[in-house]
Amino acid sequence: MIAARVWKFGDNINTDLILPGPYLYRSPEEQARAVFEANRPGWVDQVKKGDAIVAGFNFGMGSSRPAARSLKNCGVGFLVAETINGLFFRNSVNFGLLALECPGVAAAFEEGDKALLSLSEWTLKNPRNGLVLAVSPVAAELLAIMQGGGIYPLMEEKGLIAPRS
Amino acid sequence: MGMTMTEKILARAGGKKRVSPGEIAVVEVETAVLIDLSFLPEGWREVLKVYDPEKVVIVFDHLVPAASVQAASCHKTGREFARKFGISRLHDVGLDQGISHAVVAERGYALPGTVLVNSDSHTCAAGAFNCAARGVGAPDLLWAITTGTAWFRVGETIRYDFTGSFSPGVTAKDLFLAIAGTYGAHVNQNIEYGGPGLKALSIDARRTLATMGAEFSAEFTIFEADEILIEYVRARNEKPFEPVSPDLDASYKERRAIDLGAILPLVALPDAVVNQSVPVSAVAGTRIDQAFIGSCANGTLEDLEIAARVVKGKKVARGTRFIVTPSTQAIYRAALKAGHVETLLEAGALVTPATCGACVGGHMGVLGPGEVCITASTRNFKGRMGDPSAKIFMASPATVAASAIAGKIAAAEEVFA
Repeated sequence: MIAARVWKFGDNINTDLILPGPYLYRSPEEQARAVFEANRPGWVDQVKKGDAIVAGFNFGMGSSRPAARSLKNCGVGFLVAETINGLFFRNSVNFGLLALECPGVAAAFEEGDKALLSLSEWTLKNPRNGLVLAVSPVAAELLAIMQGGGIYPLMEEKGLIAPRS
Repeated sequence: MGMTMTEKILARAGGKKRVSPGEIAVVEVETAVLIDLSFLPEGWREVLKVYDPEKVVIVFDHLVPAASVQAASCHKTGREFARKFGISRLHDVGLDQGISHAVVAERGYALPGTVLVNSDSHTCAAGAFNCAARGVGAPDLLWAITTGTAWFRVGETIRYDFTGSFSPGVTAKDLFLAIAGTYGAHVNQNIEYGGPGLKALSIDARRTLATMGAEFSAEFTIFEADEILIEYVRARNEKPFEPVSPDLDASYKERRAIDLGAILPLVALPDAVVNQSVPVSAVAGTRIDQAFIGSCANGTLEDLEIAARVVKGKKVARGTRFIVTPSTQAIYRAALKAGHVETLLEAGALVTPATCGACVGGHMGVLGPGEVCITASTRNFKGRMGDPSAKIFMASPATVAASAIAGKIAAAEEVFA
């Protein structure tokens, strides 16, 4: 069971909000400081390590940029949305951000709620209102990469890329 | 039960008889395209082996020519990588460079019936060539070039059947905006296009529509292969290929009919692409600071031709900047020979070298605080082209060119009457 404080976001949160274009060539640390600066300035100072994002439909729509890495670097422990954009999901797997789809999640949570995630039961519970939602299971191979720190350690292990010098 | 085109290509590339929605397909990648952003130091790593250098293409596109030391460093890393592994298809700054998806198109790199990946979201552009092409992340690209494989979640498919042909002055961008306004996003779904109206869509028009598949948030956007498409690829690539057609009993989530003759010029309102389409008349008169035509979606020769036709003999309004970015240097040269570049320059437009540039808020057309832009490019998200307080309307190249002349959002109708 993973417990987290919830930050609530709406539908269609796009990659340009998470990682604004002017920061594409900056360091991951600078990128993490720019998350949501256009739609929620100051949020990066409020979010704490292990917090959860609960959002609506098509989270992470847009570009292939490493926006998932920025959320991870902000301290986001996991993300649960009604639907997650396919490209953002790939980046979540590859950068090791736990990103899950859960129909009904947007209506079941409010900002500041506590969320209890069980990956053995594939459920998400809101202790405030007692709602228990079914989380869409992620294929075992992908979940292993997501929880194992992303694809880079795997590529190093297989001798495909050199360890970071 | 038969298969859709997407399912057939993924099954073939995965060495399987069939794949179905809900599965994870692990497939062989025929073409892996790296761009300058693939070589950003935090995403790129020293590659120890390349599965097959013949399957790799490198195109610098996002910031060309380099607008910063960081961009120049990406280009340098890419060149060194190409040299080390003997990758011959390197499209460096100069003669054969352009936006990667447009270079892939004009060189015939996207083979019908195969899988292509590129670490840019608009990779679905190659779906115009009956190719299962998907934008992936930079780490996926490292995986693809080192293992020769990629994985995909197999989604359900929405099929669009076209009939008829466009009215004068209506183009593929209007068709996209019509579908986007009516049906919105296609998250986790594939889009397939075909039908008797396909023959009325040029390759450039198909490329625009396929490219915009990223804005539908679709997994794949694949066109049926017809003679026009097969001839186009054959003229550019000697490799044999085998296109796929959907089975007659393929299973679709939904099948939708579109009469191309009923499409009218549209504009997307700022801050999001889908569910934002209104007729040009609804926003006509909105003052603009900048008009932009370019990107992988709208820097084709046809786009430049129509823009030139709209502005011929006229002048861009004072106080408005009109920036035109051809998708590739080859398109730039073709537009120069055809006289379009001269016409645009005479009108007061800036014609830049081929790059993603202003579309991605990179360089050569970044918007300042509170500015208003009308763009024929891929995306109008808040902050996309510069300051987050800028407002970005999206329309066809014809509408954008007419707006540049008027200094406010305007229809191009009279030119085509």
